[in-house]
Amino acid sequence: MPELYPVKIHVNGTTYERRVEPRMHLADFLRHEIDLTGTHIGCEHGVCGACTVLVDGASVRSCLMLAVQTDGRSVDTVEGVAAADGTLNPVQAALSKHHGLQCGFCTPGIIMTITEMRKESGGRQWTEDEVRAALSGNLCRCTGYQGMVDAALEVLTPLNLGRD
Amino acid sequence: MTDNPFQSWMSKSVPRVEDDRLLQGRGKFLDDIRLDRLLMAAFVRSPVAHAILKKINLDAARALPGVRAVFSYNDLRPLLSLDRIPLALPSGAIRFDVDPPALAHEEICYVGEPIAVVIAETRAIAEDAVALVELEFDPLPVVMDPRDGVDKDAPKARLDCPDNLVARHVLKYGNGEAAFAAAAHRVKDCFRLNKGGGHSMEPRGIVARVDDDDLLTVWDSTQMPHRAKAILVNALGLSEEKVRVIAPDVGGGFGPKAVFHPEELVIPAVALKLRTPVKWAEDRFESFTATVQERVQIWDMEAAFDAEGKLLAIRGQLFHDHGAATPYGVALPYNAATNLIGPYALPAYDLEILMCLTNMVPACPTRGAGRPQGTFVMERLLDRAADELGLAREEIRQRNLIPLEQMPYTIPVIMRDGSTMTYDSGDYPECQRRVLEAAGWSEFDKRRDAARRDGRFLGIGLSNYVEGTGRGPFESASIRVGPSGKIMVSSGATAQGQGVKSMLAQISAGVLGMNPKDVHVVDGDTNATVLGLGAFASRQAVTAGNAIYLATRRVAEKARAMAAHMLEASADDLEIADGNIFVKGVPQLKVTLGDVSKALSGMPGYAIPGGMEPGLEAAVDFQPGPLTYTNGSHVAEVEVDPDTGAVKITRYVVVHDCGRMINPMMVEGQVLGGVVHGIGATLLEWMRYDDQGQPATVTYADYLLPTCDVVPRIEIHHMESPTPLNPLGVKGAAESGTIGAPAVIVSAIEDALRPLKIRIRDLPVTPARLRALIAAAQGKGAAP
Ligand code: FES
Ligand code: FES
Repeated sequence: MPELYPVKIHVNGTTYERRVEPRMHLADFLRHEIDLTGTHIGCEHGVCGACTVLVDGASVRSCLMLAVQTDGRSVDTVEGVAAADGTLNPVQAALSKHHGLQCGFCTPGIIMTITEMRKESGGRQWTEDEVRAALSGNLCRCTGYQGMVDAALEVLTPLNLGRD
Repeated sequence: MTDNPFQSWMSKSVPRVEDDRLLQGRGKFLDDIRLDRLLMAAFVRSPVAHAILKKINLDAARALPGVRAVFSYNDLRPLLSLDRIPLALPSGAIRFDVDPPALAHEEICYVGEPIAVVIAETRAIAEDAVALVELEFDPLPVVMDPRDGVDKDAPKARLDCPDNLVARHVLKYGNGEAAFAAAAHRVKDCFRLNKGGGHSMEPRGIVARVDDDDLLTVWDSTQMPHRAKAILVNALGLSEEKVRVIAPDVGGGFGPKAVFHPEELVIPAVALKLRTPVKWAEDRFESFTATVQERVQIWDMEAAFDAEGKLLAIRGQLFHDHGAATPYGVALPYNAATNLIGPYALPAYDLEILMCLTNMVPACPTRGAGRPQGTFVMERLLDRAADELGLAREEIRQRNLIPLEQMPYTIPVIMRDGSTMTYDSGDYPECQRRVLEAAGWSEFDKRRDAARRDGRFLGIGLSNYVEGTGRGPFESASIRVGPSGKIMVSSGATAQGQGVKSMLAQISAGVLGMNPKDVHVVDGDTNATVLGLGAFASRQAVTAGNAIYLATRRVAEKARAMAAHMLEASADDLEIADGNIFVKGVPQLKVTLGDVSKALSGMPGYAIPGGMEPGLEAAVDFQPGPLTYTNGSHVAEVEVDPDTGAVKITRYVVVHDCGRMINPMMVEGQVLGGVVHGIGATLLEWMRYDDQGQPATVTYADYLLPTCDVVPRIEIHHMESPTPLNPLGVKGAAESGTIGAPAVIVSAIEDALRPLKIRIRDLPVTPARLRALIAAAQGKGAAP
């Protein structure tokens, strides 16, 4: 058996301690070690963006980062976005309102990407071209992207940026 | 009660009932399924495109710690009742049986073909073991081109077939010979079309579990669970009540998941043998090589026109890459061939379809299912003729569009269900007129000329198409109101993101005057619905939608009759809303749907009041009859950079008619996704192989899908021509967006480069390919 390494990773505010193979990537850790299956794997080679999570607040393709690299760090996943009672946050609500999801497989990655865009926006209004450029690292085969662009534009207005 | 459901929830953009769970990461996709003692599978796959398999050595793989079992064909065969998986839908055109085996043995016919399966404690260990398997084989020559492949001197793609022509079909009506002899104008061209894969963001996958009482439960990321169950019952020699297939949340389908693949038999067979649950979750490399895809078509075509530009006849040959096995049938080239006709009056047609075995993964329908290719060919021929006759592109189309007065319009082609091809409703000339108006077509010349003065090359294109939707023979749906007043709906319809649950809930809720959120829907489970077909041919709103509409009306009728008895009122005076049945104008005189259900559930020994049949439920298998035809017109504007060959789509307008719309937001979602899939097929997506049959594009860095930044905002306008063929008046919408896209974009590119007289014949139009055409034209002396 390959050697196992101890890791301590904070996910959505909870600390998980596990012993993992060095080759296990973060997406597999989230999905198989701590049963947070909301983070999806669409390509496992860093292109589709379905596995996007935030590590210490910055977006990361969790299929390209090893679990051992996140030892001691904080990870945010889609499971931590809504309020504890299940009330959707503005990003989630806007995606539903604008029909920005169909099968929902790419959706967790989209939500985490838009979440990062909101953090980085500095309270300014985004243009459609900027939104499209920022979302261009997330593949979606169902929606044609328009609904998620509209959702992002809605939550990236100065008016909506403070709300969560 | 509202007899017309369109008056309440119907035709409204109601938010979907699916969204809440999916937005919170609480979906249950295939790889999210957790079971006790679950083992993981990985497949040993063919590394070459064609060879005789001489030896497999599994010893080292079996010896690896953590490996529980390894199966080759010889280990698996005793578990199966059949040698090959019976997949081919019947067709007189098929010449040889090339149904695939569960695992390859003796001869391997494409890269990625499954040869053996490793079952281990983790997927990582299973993959480690796969790397330890030794294969010995003698390579054979490969067939990669469907036209070369049907040549009599071509090597054989499969040694067990006498030649590569797996199927041949001639589509012919009218007197084409006479028409060509008398034609004032003829145009001739040859097109080579690549179409890539379905590329659902969730790859395929399967989990199988056997209970103590021998029930085999299979979770399958499939579009057609009932078909999967039928194949499993047959191939495993089990009885129907011992097999249950469930499609969990499915992350996109787009065609390939309608096909039953060998892995879907291997994993259940292995789970039965080991009596331990087993999961296989496809990785993306496997989905590039082993999941069926659409592939090469070569069209050698000629069209005849009279002096006014009216179509007289079309004739030619279609060479279709069938791949190495038959995963489905011959629907793909047949759809392409019939959809070529489109919304135009075509008096004579003669097409020979040659389906060629090749050493590539089997070909199957993907979104559009051959139709974009047929439409592309027709629209190119019309553009060629417009140039030849000196007519505007919209004018030659206008002269050939079927006028409204001639609807319904019959074409002497016999369809798979035995009916004659008939366009049921739609106003094709008006659809074109509206798209031209919405796009500002008539002012485009000014914009193009102004841009040209700035050294920019703009072009505009137009395409029209139809799509036969709602294929039968039937779909099932049932509704039950429990004594609690809760509404449960189930159907053989199966969702991969289309919003099937929302669609069924919205229709039921519409009839019962309720909120769709209060209707619980189960789809994609063979235990919830005995009969069902599932998702293909843009069919579920037509088939399952009408089934649940009729079933809910029956329940409403019965509820009113029972309530009339309970309230001592006349059923005609009763109305249903919000779960209550009340006397019109006297809402306090009421019973609830739950009360009615309770009364109809009976009490031990007492008669059911009113002498009615027990239960407040109804089930309908709706048989839609012939196809109902959706239609549309697209206009696209592009900017071409002649130095790089890059194409940017700057505007895209769709006028779409799918009859009555159940939920316009969801219809638009389908059209948008379809258009963008079509943009990918036109400009980006190209599954490439080397001349030895090795796939060369097996990551999303090599095989490009359309991303958010390369697609424009797409404007959609609706027409609603209800079909007379079903009670709701609805038609399908799921594939239609893809159909017009390749034709319209290529027309726009040619228009942008009009001074160079560029002729685009091959898809996709990559920058390198377009640059080569431009360079060749410039070499001839023309300047852009
Ligand atoms: S799964 Fe990580 S980018 Fe696709
Ligand atoms: S919603 Fe299906 S891939 Fe994006």
